Amino acid sequence: MNNHKEPLFHIVKREEMIWYRAWGIRLIAIVAALIVCAILTTVLTGDNPIQVYATIIKGAFGSKRKAWITFQDLSVLLIIAVALTPAFRMRFWNIGGEGQVLIGGLSAAACMICLGDRLPNWLIIVCMVCSSLIAGAIWGFIPAFFKAKWNTNETLATLMLNYIATQLVAFYTIVWEVPKGSGKIGIINQNSNIGWLPDLFGNKYILTIVVALIVTIGMTIYLRYTKHGYELIVVGESENTAHYVGIKVEKVVIRTMMMSGAICALAGLLLVGSINHTVTTTIAGGQGFTAVMVSWLAKFDPLAMIGTSLLIVFLERGAGEISTTFHLNHSFSDILTGIILFFIIGCEFFIQYRIAFHKKEGRRG
Amino acid sequence: MRAASSLVFGRMERSGSLDNKAIAVHMESITKTFGRVVANKDVNLDVYRGEILALLGENGSGKTTLMNMLSGIYYPDEGKIFVNGQEVLIRSPKDAHALGIGMVHQHFKLVDVLTATENIVLGLKGRLDLKESAKKIRQICDRYGFEIDPDQKVYDMSVSQKQTVEIVKILFRGADILILDEPTAVLTPQEADRLFDVLRNMRDDNKAIIIITHKMQEVQSLSDKVAILRKGQYIDTLVTRETPISQMTKLMVGRKTELNIERPEPKDPKPRIVVENLTVRSIDGIERLSDVSFTANSGEILGIAGISGCGQKELLEAIAGLQPAESGNIFYIEDDGSKDQLLGLDALKIQEKGVALSFVPEDRLGMGLVANMNLADNMMLRSFRKGHSMFTDRVAPKKLAETVVEDLNVATPDIETPVRKLSGGNVQKILVGREIASAPTVLLTAYAVRGLDINSSYTIYNLINRQKERGVAVIFVGEDLDVLMELCDKILVLCGGKVSGILDGRTADKDEIGMLMMKVGGGD
Repeated sequence: MNNHKEPLFHIVKREEMIWYRAWGIRLIAIVAALIVCAILTTVLTGDNPIQVYATIIKGAFGSKRKAWITFQDLSVLLIIAVALTPAFRMRFWNIGGEGQVLIGGLSAAACMICLGDRLPNWLIIVCMVCSSLIAGAIWGFIPAFFKAKWNTNETLATLMLNYIATQLVAFYTIVWEVPKGSGKIGIINQNSNIGWLPDLFGNKYILTIVVALIVTIGMTIYLRYTKHGYELIVVGESENTAHYVGIKVEKVVIRTMMMSGAICALAGLLLVGSINHTVTTTIAGGQGFTAVMVSWLAKFDPLAMIGTSLLIVFLERGAGEISTTFHLNHSFSDILTGIILFFIIGCEFFIQYRIAFHKKEGRRG
Repeated sequence: MRAASSLVFGRMERSGSLDNKAIAVHMESITKTFGRVVANKDVNLDVYRGEILALLGENGSGKTTLMNMLSGIYYPDEGKIFVNGQEVLIRSPKDAHALGIGMVHQHFKLVDVLTATENIVLGLKGRLDLKESAKKIRQICDRYGFEIDPDQKVYDMSVSQKQTVEIVKILFRGADILILDEPTAVLTPQEADRLFDVLRNMRDDNKAIIIITHKMQEVQSLSDKVAILRKGQYIDTLVTRETPISQMTKLMVGRKTELNIERPEPKDPKPRIVVENLTVRSIDGIERLSDVSFTANSGEILGIAGISGCGQKELLEAIAGLQPAESGNIFYIEDDGSKDQLLGLDALKIQEKGVALSFVPEDRLGMGLVANMNLADNMMLRSFRKGHSMFTDRVAPKKLAETVVEDLNVATPDIETPVRKLSGGNVQKILVGREIASAPTVLLTAYAVRGLDINSSYTIYNLINRQKERGVAVIFVGEDLDVLMELCDKILVLCGGKVSGILDGRTADKDEIGMLMMKVGGGD
């Protein structure tokens, strides 16, 4: 028999780690990431890394307005991440957040444009809310229905629906373009402000933040304390068990995905009705995908997503700032963000597993 | 080596069955344990070229474990293996291949989207020449009488064709010692006959063949010798045509051992579940239950005996509303004598109808419980729908979890621990505890004590007996005949999806049950 060589180490799954050790590892990962970024910055650009980091913080929280925008961006990302969460808890990999946001935004924009002068403003806003929620629910229903009936792959279906949503927006951009030939819709109802969602406390940022908080707390309660929430978690853990206790798996899948899609669309509604007052194909800006990471990093706990989405928004906004301040191109800040995220996600490996080095030991045979 | 082996096999030679056949495999004092469970203990086995050896034994008698050691999946704790007279170490399936040993498992390992040829050559080293390979496959097929199209995709194949591909795959790689693990379990009788013809051809080609089975008629019609295992121990090897079946079953089930399980007298038994002419087919159309009829009385334990996969699972699941049936009736008889049809209702509808039916399934963590949820949340599985509020009641399940932990002595740090972290016995206590907490009138249990230590087993027997005294109709699917004979009031024996007999638990004879399980003497 040939003697095979033993590998130098192998990977062992850990028992559950105590929370403070887990956070210790995460902290080390962030520090390590910052060190690597610092070295890279010095080598590639010659800039002082400490200054670069200071700029990142300044970019995110440097002024009152910057801080508000950071919190607003955080809120939008948080809503999408929270929206995806029930689907993920059900092991339904909804990566169609992007499309669900877009279709919600498009529906809201349609109400603003088409109903503009015909209905009172409050009724238009009601229509916007309803239509975007329904549109998002439909975007969630389609892949859920096919999954439940014919066990199609939900990842592909939700992904493809993103492109359909993007193309629909592109199509209506041409239909509604202002002025003709410009290829964009521009600010909708700029003079009348019809369909613009109201400011809360005289501050245009607060509405989004409040909605995000409500959605996050609501989802926490839904998942932890309601019968629906319990059912979807059982379905995610074991369809066999769900079947055994008489839970209708198809119904739960469809119901949950409609909710997931509708909450995503809510983010689209806010983007169009409260933040941008227009709709473009890039209005979701990839947040449908970023939100997957936010939700995953938070281990599908909505409250923890406040932290993870803050981290990501903070990095993005800070990175934008350094590219202008240091006259670096935007790709460089993307590199830094990438390195930091790589470390943060990568460190989860060390929380779940440990590396066991081999000692010499007597082997059988 | 030759001398040593003839010494070892002296007994066999004296029996006159050996006509100078070459020895292919000799296993000596093989022992294998998994934790506390001894799967094989001091097992000896000889396999000769040009012979078909049937490996016979009840569930859990260690047949598959023994063969897995021969095919390199497990490594024995103790003992020696000789192939062609040479002592060998088989550390991996690769080693087994190199020695010409190939095994066809119960679950096929094929890539659906590839053709037969592609599957067969998959993983082989050297130049890939599909045309040449297909030609060689056709030659193998012609030689032994297989029927497969080398260019057919696996997803287009029937179960029997897939099995053929698995066998050809092994032959293609040059195996001359073949192991088949319950090859006929998935085949129709006609397909099984065809397989036997092929196996006989291979035997005549001087290959050594081992077939794991617990079907008596297969042993009889196919094998030259039969080796019998019981509870992990090697019992004997016999020449098939010289041995009456009754002796084989006797050796297989062994002598009755006293367990002293309590069996209270049934009080006022009345019919509770009446099953009439129940027929169930699996998705691929194979008949799992055929024309099954019986009555389960309140205040009695009805035991169900049978080799595994004879329809026990389907029977319980059909009663519990988890398995659609083709035809028949399942009636629930209320105390006042009124009948409710349960067939066609799902688990939820049965519950809504007011039938208090509890079910302890075979797959505890995959079906009965949610492995990642804690004790309290698992208690909720049955009760979370209670009340009209959209919120779940968290208090009652917590209390129930605490009660179960205390009453049944469940070893757990607290009720917030995920059940996957508990040991098998404790998991089962949680499951049984939950199922009887809802004050059932019918209790279905499948292999309720499988994998449990003695103490936990007796706890479960006690719980079941208390339910019986409460007037519950208990249906107890078991695998240990001694337990069935001491615990149950009646024993229904299933064989191949049919009822081969219903016996009184107090007077039943172990050999008789064994014969019925093998469908020998059972009314057909």
